[in-house]
Amino acid sequence: MQHSQRNVPPASSPTPCSPAQEVPSARYSKGSTTVIELRQVTKRFLTPGGQSYTALRDLSLAVAPGEFCALIGPTGCGKSTTLSLIAGLDTPSAGTVLVMGEEVHGTDPRIGYVFQTDAVFPWKNVLSNVAAGPLFRGLPKREALERARAWIARVGLAGFEDRYPHQLSGGMRKRVALAQTFINEPQILLMDEPFSALDVQTRTLMENELLQLWSALSASVVFVTHDLEEAIALADRVCVLTAGPATVKGIYTIDLPRPRNVAEIRFDPRFVRLYHDIWEDLRDEVMISYERAKQSS
Amino acid sequence: MSERSNRLEHGESDGAAKAMEADSAILAALTGRRRRRRWLINALRLLLLVVLIGGWELGTRLGLIDPFFWGRPSGIWQQLVTWVVHGTAQGPLWVQIAVTLEEALFGFLIGVVLGISFGVLLGRNAFLAELLGPYIKAANSIPRVTLAPLFAIGLGLGSQSKIALAVVLVFFIVFFNAFQGVREVDRNLLANARILGANRWQLFREVILPSALTWIIASLHTSFSFALVGAVVGEFVGSIEGIGLMIQNAGATFNANGVFAAMLILAAVALLSEIVITALERRLLRWRPTALSEVTL
Ligand SMILES: Nc1ncnc2c1ncn2[C@@H]1O[C@H](COP(=O)(O)OP(=O)(O)OP(=O)(O)O)[C@@H](O)[C@H]1O
Ligand SMILES: [Mg+2]
Repeated sequence: MQHSQRNVPPASSPTPCSPAQEVPSARYSKGSTTVIELRQVTKRFLTPGGQSYTALRDLSLAVAPGEFCALIGPTGCGKSTTLSLIAGLDTPSAGTVLVMGEEVHGTDPRIGYVFQTDAVFPWKNVLSNVAAGPLFRGLPKREALERARAWIARVGLAGFEDRYPHQLSGGMRKRVALAQTFINEPQILLMDEPFSALDVQTRTLMENELLQLWSALSASVVFVTHDLEEAIALADRVCVLTAGPATVKGIYTIDLPRPRNVAEIRFDPRFVRLYHDIWEDLRDEVMISYERAKQSS
Repeated sequence: MSERSNRLEHGESDGAAKAMEADSAILAALTGRRRRRRWLINALRLLLLVVLIGGWELGTRLGLIDPFFWGRPSGIWQQLVTWVVHGTAQGPLWVQIAVTLEEALFGFLIGVVLGISFGVLLGRNAFLAELLGPYIKAANSIPRVTLAPLFAIGLGLGSQSKIALAVVLVFFIVFFNAFQGVREVDRNLLANARILGANRWQLFREVILPSALTWIIASLHTSFSFALVGAVVGEFVGSIEGIGLMIQNAGATFNANGVFAAMLILAAVALLSEIVITALERRLLRWRPTALSEVTL
């Protein structure tokens, strides 16, 4: 358990992983084994030209209770699509998506989702934005506002309750989005590059904060990122996706000790070794994606 | 370096006081410049008005412009005074204004409510939109003031026929804007609200409506002038009172000053309504960055 361990045969193998057994750590073996399970999921889109575009092909993935799973892959490979399938915002073209052992039908109150692009409501101020979830779910107004105030303070925005989103910086808006999601206390947390718009210092702070919030909520997290360092620093497992159509190329268990300090763990020799191993895998996919982009332009 | 040591010598509070002084000096210069600019613009505006009206008056007196056809400012003023003091041929002036205003207002309100309702319905229902689209476009391409005689026949010479014309004119403007507004709702915001737990009604009230409101309110500015046009044209075609009838009578008796005077009254009414709608806009769209709504002529 002291060093990285490759769970998956090389990318040429047709079935990249069999779910459930993918979680070796004892931490996840109690109770039900998976919270999220994608079985041979394929997603096709109809392009404006009338053709079909395959975004995901035979993607299989399992996430254990309380696990922090990072998805990493080249741009446009289908990471956001994967999250929207888990969230029930879209349906797979083939295969099944299971959440808590049941097939997904529509959105699920147990799931929280921090979107890749700004999704706070521009016509609500910070307080109403954060209180939106509890109010939608029928909590009395007083209680909802009280909880919202607590969460606003927790993400460091106390004093900004009356501001509208356009009066906040990008990083502050992201924090509103985080508070908006966390206030619902989701058991499953989907995060799509939540920190990519932040500067490095704020980002490190927020990453540490996220780890604390995560351990307090004991939620399962699927965290999409471009940044391999971020993936390794935060996750229990890093899942490398191939250039689109996405399928799982490799899964790496990150056995760095917790609690982790994101700022310092990057200098850990084990971190460096993991980074090196995963980068070998990821680099090929990034190159493929890059070549394609060059050709099509 | 020298500045730094200086601050150390004099202490922090001294530096802060100096900075504040500089700040207020800059602020004073800025507000002074803005005030002078305002003053200049107002003076020039007044000058422009004097030149235009003076030129018109002078032209008629020098025989360059025939006052019988084109009126004369002093004559228009006299006409206004006569109306205010002695009333019009159909009765007191304020009654005429009230009648026309009432017709326009009812037409406006009914048209807005219908326009928003149908716009939202079709904007949310792609099937209905596709089904009814061609018919609505066809109806919109008809020059709708031509319906005035039809309404006069069907609804009589009372206010109903004018209200109906105003409704038809207002409806299409508001309808297309509401429709477009609903169509343009950010899909991310809808997805976010669903994830946070919004039901269909909450989705409509908290996301779709506020988002479409920008478009709807923009349409209200033009719609009120169209409601006024509807009322006046309806009165042209057949009525027993109202500003439209006053214009009609003035025209029939070759009283150019009377036409201009009535026009002036209509302009004043339209301007007042514009002020009310702008105030409403400010209130409802408080959340928006000011740049858009501040651009007013
Ligand atoms: N609604 C859609 N219609 C057509 N194609 C789509 C649609 N949504 C996504 N795609 C395509 O599917 C592919 C995967 O998109 P997705 O947003 O999942 O990528 P991603 O991995 O999240 O990329 P990034 O890292 O840049 O956010 C892209 O090539 C995209 O063009
Ligand atoms: Mg994405």
